[in-house]
Amino acid sequence: MTEVLNPPAEIPAHDEAHGHDEHHGPTGILKWITSTDHKVIGLSYTVTSVVMMLIGGFFAELIRAQLMSPNGHLVSLAQYNELFTMHGSVMIYLFVGPFAFGALANIIVPIQIGAPDMAFPRLNALSYWLYLTGSITMLSGFFTAGGAANFGWVGYAPLSNSLNSPGTGADLWICALLLTGFSAIFTGVNLCATIFYLRAPGMTMFRMPIFTWNMLVTGILILLAFPVLTAGLIMLYADRHFGTHIYSVAGGGVPVLWQHIFWFWGHPEVYILAIPFFGVATEIIAVFSRKPVFGYKGMVFATLSIAALSLGVWAHHMFTTGVVLLPFFSIMSLLIAVPTGIKIFNWIGTMWRGQIWFSTAMLMAIGFVVTFLLGGITGVYLASPPLDFFTHDTYFVVAHFHSVVMALVLGAMGGLYYWAPKITGYLLNERIGKFQFWFLFIGIQVFTLPGYVLGLKGMPRRIAIYPHNPEWKSLNDLSSFGAVLIGISMLLFVVNIIVSWKKHPAGDNPWDGHTLEWFTTSPPPHHNFYRLPPIRSERPTWDYNHPEHRALGHGVHKDEVAAEVFKAPQP
Amino acid sequence: MVALPLAALALSGCTVPTFGVKPGATTSSKSVYNLWVGFTVAAIIIGVFVLLLIAYAVLRYGRKGDSIPRQFQYHIPLEFTYIIVPILIVLGLFAATIVVENKELANPKTDVTIDVNAFQWGWKFTYPGTNAVVIGQTTDAPTMVMPVDTNVHINLTSTDVIHGFYVRAFNFSRYALPGVDNQFTFNAVTTGTFFGQCTQLCGLYHSLMFFNVKVVSQSDYRTWLARQNNAGAAQVAATVNQQQTNTYVPTKPTAGSGVN
Repeated sequence: MTEVLNPPAEIPAHDEAHGHDEHHGPTGILKWITSTDHKVIGLSYTVTSVVMMLIGGFFAELIRAQLMSPNGHLVSLAQYNELFTMHGSVMIYLFVGPFAFGALANIIVPIQIGAPDMAFPRLNALSYWLYLTGSITMLSGFFTAGGAANFGWVGYAPLSNSLNSPGTGADLWICALLLTGFSAIFTGVNLCATIFYLRAPGMTMFRMPIFTWNMLVTGILILLAFPVLTAGLIMLYADRHFGTHIYSVAGGGVPVLWQHIFWFWGHPEVYILAIPFFGVATEIIAVFSRKPVFGYKGMVFATLSIAALSLGVWAHHMFTTGVVLLPFFSIMSLLIAVPTGIKIFNWIGTMWRGQIWFSTAMLMAIGFVVTFLLGGITGVYLASPPLDFFTHDTYFVVAHFHSVVMALVLGAMGGLYYWAPKITGYLLNERIGKFQFWFLFIGIQVFTLPGYVLGLKGMPRRIAIYPHNPEWKSLNDLSSFGAVLIGISMLLFVVNIIVSWKKHPAGDNPWDGHTLEWFTTSPPPHHNFYRLPPIRSERPTWDYNHPEHRALGHGVHKDEVAAEVFKAPQP
Repeated sequence: MVALPLAALALSGCTVPTFGVKPGATTSSKSVYNLWVGFTVAAIIIGVFVLLLIAYAVLRYGRKGDSIPRQFQYHIPLEFTYIIVPILIVLGLFAATIVVENKELANPKTDVTIDVNAFQWGWKFTYPGTNAVVIGQTTDAPTMVMPVDTNVHINLTSTDVIHGFYVRAFNFSRYALPGVDNQFTFNAVTTGTFFGQCTQLCGLYHSLMFFNVKVVSQSDYRTWLARQNNAGAAQVAATVNQQQTNTYVPTKPTAGSGVN
């Protein structure tokens, strides 16, 4: 299963003598600090965000260890509050988002659309440095006298005000979110501009790969959502230090306003995190099934409608506040299941009658679909206010969103295995990769499924001990065992990077890929391309390599294809 | 499509898996339970169907050789089917939701009102019109006593941060929000003592913010209330005496006293 397809013979060798003086810039550490190349910045993002994932994962293991006893004494109550706050904050603000649009999109989108770089390379570098600074700022909270932020990753007012959370860690948390928020906004601007203006000739909107489409939608959502969070955070900071009363009852403010602002960002944010990995899974499933994406246009419209709906569902996080219009937010939230369902059926349709190659990337993508299905179905429960009332703030919700975000982790891993050639020029070890997949996939289910039951048995989230309910211990132990399996899978990933270091040169097109990144070298040269194939569909590289196997329209049942159109003269 | 799981539910009664959810101790908790069962039946049917499709595709279409499969990409009728059928299912789930929600959140007229006040880190239950007060925090969990088969109106407030008033046996929770009076009604159908806990992170001792709800017969409730009322009155009197003897109680400024 580890064989690598040879690149088709008809692709001529690259013109190595071609003059590209501009890439003889600084080397070593200076190259990393000064570069504005999207691939170098993307790799910096990749390394930083994966380190953040390992840090956040370490916090998770501590949390799970604490919960293995009804009266756990591994950490104190105060430390526990810091741990789950920083676990959620690191994972959401510093890992999943930056990994999706800072690492993968940054590296892949320009190559997928045949562009030499992002539209604003210096802004791109600024995004990274803001992100790194923000990450260090947030984590430095642990070294302050009062410890890190401890009011949960959602920072609900009035718990996050200066009276209830006086520590410097809370201020560092706010500043970190402002910094990473601006980083995300700049990346969103960059993605939109790049995709709108830098597409290669022939790459119309409906010839863009699904991953690029999804990153465009993500970019638009970032621009709509993140400024709202930034404004909310500045008001929170003003409440804490400048004597305003925006979120405090005492001064005529409204505490629940914070929740509206936070979730007006927070629910689109869920899709800002998920939509990129929908794209990753779509690319992987199509390539490894050797088929075009089933229902390509339906997929695009499904993504657009998810993005549109996601802006009108924020109050489903607030059903139990008693101050939101329940039926409106209920039906809007329920409706999101429809385009998400379309995606799942399209993924199945893409695999249907294909020739599925079970590489690590493909296993991760299938694992993503299955895990996301579970998170999606339990999400439908939570969209129903009466069912949300008794599951809200219990482990049912915790299990629900961990099914969702752990599906995203599977997608992230799939993306890394799939695009490793374009990031580093080398493949990751497939044997270790498959072990990693099984540990991760089984670990996720063993970790989340007991959580659903615990929530239905009444275990609230964010509690460090449960002295009155020792019967919850066995399910917590099972969940912690799942967390250990996930931890092992992450260790296997680190081992794989070490073992595969510069070991398996990938070649230009190891997976018989569909899109333009597989037409250039691994890793791509400075400014990405020496030449481009004709772009006549969303699969230019595939069309070039398999001119007789063009995608068929609806109702066409034979491969009666005018292949001539792809035999354009070589540039 | 929606009728199908509901019909299956009607036929199979209580044999469907509920994953630990119970009909609970109030009239509303029973309808919420029924809604839960309906959603679960629909979820299992849909989830198993999709998982089987995935499993079939994965097991059946593994790579057999180097041949290239037929490159079909669209099937318009099929794609429309899986847009329209999910919309119908969603509308069915929404209709069921609305019915239960309206029933659960109706505020019928009632004689019994309990003011529930949450604070860091405990609960205070007061019975308006009487001197009865129950208060307790962290390790000393207070008990809210309420009568069975009566609409009990709850007035939920918070003095500091947001807390979550959650009684698992009632299949219900609601935030105690500073600045907001949250109102809802319980009608308990069985007597007993039920465990309650704060569900919304409220600071250091969030894990220890327990309370109990004790549903008693109506006559027991009257007895309990009378006793609490007397005890409360005695306590109030004692407090007032204490204040009068030990502390300076400023008199209300009256008109013409010089205070503008």
